Amino acid sequence: MKAFLILENGTVFPGNSIGSPKEIISEIVFNTSMTGYLDVLTTPSYAGQAVVMTYPLIGNCGVTPDMESTKPWVDGLIVRELVRRPSNFRCQGTLEDFLVKNDITGIAGVDTRALTRLLRNNGTMNGMITTDENYNLEELLPRIKAHRAGDLVSQVTCAEKKVLPGKGKRVALLDCGTRKSIERILNERECSVMVYPASTSAETILAEHPDGILLSGGPGDPRECGDILAEVKKLYESGLPLMGIGLGHQLLALATGATVAKMKHGHRGSNYPVRDIKTGRVYISTQSHGYVVETDSLDPEVAKESFVNVNDRTNEGISYQNGNAFSVQFYPEASQGVQSSSYLYDLFIEKMGGNQ
Amino acid sequence: MPKNPDIKKVLVIGSGPIIIGQAAEFDYAGTQACRALKEEGVEVVLVNSNPATIMTDKDIADEVYIEPLTIKVLEQIILKERPDSVLPTLGGQAGLNLGMELAESGFLAKHGVKLIGTTPLTIKKAEDRLAFKETMEKIGEPCAPSLVVETVEDGIAFTNTIGYPVVLRPAYTLGGSGGGIANNEAELIDILSNGLRLSRVGQVLVERCIAGWKEIEYEVMRDAAGNSIAVCNMENIDPVGVHTGDSMVVAPTQTLGSLECEMLRTAALRIIEEIEITGSCNVQFALHPDSLEYVVIEVNPRLSRSSALASKATGFPIAKVATKIALGFNLDEIKNAITGKTYASFEPAIDYCVVKLPRLPFDKFITAKRTLTTQMKATGEVMSICASFEGALMKAIRSLEQHVDSLVTDEYSHLSYDDFIERLKIVDDRRIFVIAEAVRRGIAYETIFDLTKIDIWFIDKIAILVEMEKRLRSEALTVDLLREAKRLEFPDNVVARLTGKSEETVRNMRYENGIVAAYKMVDTCAAEFDAATPYYYSVYGGENEAVSSHDRKKVLVLGSGPIRIGQGVEFDYCSVHCTWAFSREGYETIIVNNNPETVSTDFDVADKLYFEPLTPEDVKNIVDIEKPDGAVVQFGGQTAIKLTESLMKMGVPILGTQAEDVDAAEDRELFDRILEQTKIPRAAGGTVFTAAEAKEVANRLGYPVLVRPSYVLGGQGMQIAYSDEEIEEFMEIINRIAQDHPILIDKYLQGKEIEVDAVCDGTDILIPGIMEHIERTGVHSGDSISVYPAFTISDKVKDTIVEYTKRLAQALHVIGLINIQFIAMGEEVYVIEVNPRSSRTVPYISKVTGIPIVEVAAKAIMGHTLKDMGYPAGLAPAADYIAIKMPVFSFEKLRGAEISLGPEMKSTGECLGIAKTFNEALYKAFLGAGINLPKYKQMIITVKDADKPEAAEIAKRFEALGYIIYATRSTAKYLQEHGVSARRINKISQESPNVMDLILGHKIDLVIDTPTQGRDKSRDGFLIRRNAIETGVHCLTAIDTARALVTSLECANDELNLVNIATVKNI
Repeated sequence: MKAFLILENGTVFPGNSIGSPKEIISEIVFNTSMTGYLDVLTTPSYAGQAVVMTYPLIGNCGVTPDMESTKPWVDGLIVRELVRRPSNFRCQGTLEDFLVKNDITGIAGVDTRALTRLLRNNGTMNGMITTDENYNLEELLPRIKAHRAGDLVSQVTCAEKKVLPGKGKRVALLDCGTRKSIERILNERECSVMVYPASTSAETILAEHPDGILLSGGPGDPRECGDILAEVKKLYESGLPLMGIGLGHQLLALATGATVAKMKHGHRGSNYPVRDIKTGRVYISTQSHGYVVETDSLDPEVAKESFVNVNDRTNEGISYQNGNAFSVQFYPEASQGVQSSSYLYDLFIEKMGGNQ
Repeated sequence: MPKNPDIKKVLVIGSGPIIIGQAAEFDYAGTQACRALKEEGVEVVLVNSNPATIMTDKDIADEVYIEPLTIKVLEQIILKERPDSVLPTLGGQAGLNLGMELAESGFLAKHGVKLIGTTPLTIKKAEDRLAFKETMEKIGEPCAPSLVVETVEDGIAFTNTIGYPVVLRPAYTLGGSGGGIANNEAELIDILSNGLRLSRVGQVLVERCIAGWKEIEYEVMRDAAGNSIAVCNMENIDPVGVHTGDSMVVAPTQTLGSLECEMLRTAALRIIEEIEITGSCNVQFALHPDSLEYVVIEVNPRLSRSSALASKATGFPIAKVATKIALGFNLDEIKNAITGKTYASFEPAIDYCVVKLPRLPFDKFITAKRTLTTQMKATGEVMSICASFEGALMKAIRSLEQHVDSLVTDEYSHLSYDDFIERLKIVDDRRIFVIAEAVRRGIAYETIFDLTKIDIWFIDKIAILVEMEKRLRSEALTVDLLREAKRLEFPDNVVARLTGKSEETVRNMRYENGIVAAYKMVDTCAAEFDAATPYYYSVYGGENEAVSSHDRKKVLVLGSGPIRIGQGVEFDYCSVHCTWAFSREGYETIIVNNNPETVSTDFDVADKLYFEPLTPEDVKNIVDIEKPDGAVVQFGGQTAIKLTESLMKMGVPILGTQAEDVDAAEDRELFDRILEQTKIPRAAGGTVFTAAEAKEVANRLGYPVLVRPSYVLGGQGMQIAYSDEEIEEFMEIINRIAQDHPILIDKYLQGKEIEVDAVCDGTDILIPGIMEHIERTGVHSGDSISVYPAFTISDKVKDTIVEYTKRLAQALHVIGLINIQFIAMGEEVYVIEVNPRSSRTVPYISKVTGIPIVEVAAKAIMGHTLKDMGYPAGLAPAADYIAIKMPVFSFEKLRGAEISLGPEMKSTGECLGIAKTFNEALYKAFLGAGINLPKYKQMIITVKDADKPEAAEIAKRFEALGYIIYATRSTAKYLQEHGVSARRINKISQESPNVMDLILGHKIDLVIDTPTQGRDKSRDGFLIRRNAIETGVHCLTAIDTARALVTSLECANDELNLVNIATVKNI
């Protein structure tokens, strides 16, 4: 079946429908990771977005057990070629079946490089994926342009608190759209992880006397998370060891007076170099964010930049002058071949007093 | 860290002659590195014995030594030039070994010279089998159970504990020389004893066989601060068991998920951290197809063939970045030259699929075993880029220029099921076609996988191509079907063949429906950043990014494709210099080539690079977009010349010598007319198509005759026939491939072979030098030892040659280069062949005469006269030293290949000996080619009757040098009768001790074996020659070569007089 990707500027990319034929309007973003399609589909920070994979062959290994959450969160998947015959010893099914089963709309046969260049030059845009050959641009474009994702965190956060027991430090993880690998890496470090829904009040969390608090990554514009911000501020003020990742990093910055801006096309992929300003070491990181903390807005009394992006010099991490809080924009946990910066979790545990 | 201010003058070690396993990739790496050094204001001293390279140009390095790569020579250069540092990681294994020896001996420390780019400890941890294993154990990286052995007995004992099969890998060898898989004790003894002998340190690793596992490579880099990146990963389509140089390779990996990639990337980065790489490193893994179990196969702590491939596959200039790291920079301080915005401390994101295929030499060595093993056999490779794997594979297949343009073949259709299954088990260069046939026959993917261990992912991709083949055969050619066929990169002629239409019909249908190629950019970042460097590949179905500008004149330079015997790195040298010359004159330059090992495909050589197959259709697609003002075909070897006619049809003017004149030189009748006009004699001959015609001509001329196809390079298929039977045999071989052009039969004349390269501006002609071959006619010019200036011919002969050259250049209206081969018999001069294009000898003659021949030719093509350029017409004055080009062979890598020299070229590379005297130049040339004698001072002579008088004279001279001479019956008798105390030795068929025992006894320096006639079919001679080569004994098959060798040994001198090529004066 034919399908079309219609961008808000009127550009139309024809292709073939994959996955669900359901019509969607979403924010179109691109990701440059070559093998991470499953990671992208299931990382909650992609909620409210339809993702273009710049690598042309998607689904080579089919669906393997490496999912970052229980289900895919993207609105849509845009690929050059959906591989018909996956091959991997851990393959549990084709990507096509997975998309159908999860009712995720997709389009294949798109000139993804042309699309990426367009997004790079014009910035992120909204778009529609439809199988309706008789689309009427005049009618659709205002609708596509007007689309807003709305509150995404509430859609991706867990419904209720859960505990992943461990015999070490007790970590409160505020789930704004967390990834399984964060939970796994904390568990591996013997932590007991208490996962809270994003709407949980600071008081509730603090009442359980965690050793430290981790603010997870997640989707959307942090400036729209007013309620959560207030709680994050309280958590920060508690003085407990605090680590922020991705959206959590941005929330913490906003809560302490810094500002956040929308990026032209964001950082999405697994090859971003970030420099640890203190040591000069450069780590290759996985990222997925469309907003960034404005370095100039940091109050030197409160916070200072700890990581910087080598390429575009944007902020990648902050350490707080209270000595107990720090945050990074990228995912320090093992994900797409990026293990090198997982020492940040060790730092977090150290701040909590270490294991024994 | 910024640049280390103590580094001001660096000695760069090159890799020497091109051999199998060490090819043009090191010219590419070395050239890029030298340019990076100069960019940082560092003075570069270069040593490389290979004169065909770009790195040995004086505009690439400041001081250039084309000298033998021996420790002694390097020490002399260091004492003379006093560099503060030595950079050994760019010259392949040869360069690394030399650097290591210089450091280990204490010579560097004694003279205050640093090794940069690596350390002896790093090299040892990566290369010494035991140290490597200990290092891997220390950091918990798995290796296959293995043991380093120094005797065959230890090897057997160890194998008995781990079980057969085992893999054998000799330490410190190139391209896996002497390695192999042993399935039983007999094979173990055979391979192991050979490997022990070939290893520089007498060690062989005996290892659990992991054949059939996935072979994965990581190209990784690290700086002194400890920052590390993975530039690229690659998956060998052929699983473990086939040398990676002979494997079909895809980048990035396709059948590995994030988990496996993460696991292996982490392992690679841990390894380079532990062995403290500062620069580039290649890590090879074997990954179990059905689990996460993996083992580290090997680590190459230097630039390599794989790093060249990774550079071209990603756009990331690994050699340049490695050089900057060696100077002290960190990755995040080095700008990414492709984007101009980002830094080297990132990992390239690829948004296309890359396929590399090896170029194997079995068309040249028809007796050689075609099976692929852990011993590399390929002479070169091609790379292709496309948005799909199928497309990339199709492009790579046609880039090979092996008369195949798709997977379609009926070569296997006659086989019964059982025979076919047996064929499927054979691992050779044809396997991908066999797999396609398996799919065609409907054999289940699982069965194919079980027999080949090639991942089902790839089998399905091949199946997609086979399905398209079937659809084209059976369905009506609709626009949609054509569009899909083009997406899969089916060339128009294949579509035409399968649909029964004409190529023109298919092409018109394409154009009418807008089915045209679009070009995408290789930018290291999957379009995330705007790239500054135009490096393109084509794809059907999509937006075209290649913007054609017309603000200045635009020239298209056609490259020479994969390195093969007969068309080597020399033609890349010519293409690159041509490009630079046009660029300096203000032209916009566009290069089309498909060889990832070369300088011409470096991202900043031309204004635009199209990484594409060199077929008429692919070139037309580029022409459609670029609309160049002209094309230059005379520098890219036969590959480019073959495109002339097509380019003219596209309306692209050919710059320089015109196509009809090129034809006149190749077409027998036209050429004969020109010779008549110009009154130049040649050997009598005729043109034929069939064996019957050939015999008729041969008998008319009288045997022996020379048989050869026209329009070939390197004497492909050329033979001397002595009888009707041989004519039949040779014609059958030539006609296995349909010939578009007639086959030439010439009377064979034996005389001195003379060669000239000349530049003609349309009026005047400049001959930089005359070369004379040591071997008499009958040995291909590329396999002959070539001496400049000519040393035995009279002035009269020289004058005749100059005169003939002038007449021929004028008659053929040459503008640019012309190469002519002559025979001198007494004072008579005959022309053998004329090539109105660049030749193999151009780089060598450019360097030793100081005349930049390619640049002069390019300028002549652009309309400058020689007079304008300041070159007087005629023969340039001879230099005041002798330069000798020595062919270098790779026979030891090709089991079963016939090594005797003849009219068909067999050498893979060359080296140079340059000195004030003939004898020293000759000695240097032999030394550069690796003939370092004496060792045991024992030799074997067995020659044909005609050579016996000369053999006696040569034997006496060897005897005077203290050699003990063994000879077979008739040779021994003759030698004894003529005053040589030769020892008679039994023939192979006779009882022991016979000649074979002697060779296998490892006490022989040299075998002189001149085959009786033509293609020697005597089992004895063949066995002697093969066994000599395979046990590392030098074997000479032309009596003239033997005489040259003894001459060189007579004047052997440890202390050589070095010549700095950069000081050679231009006239």
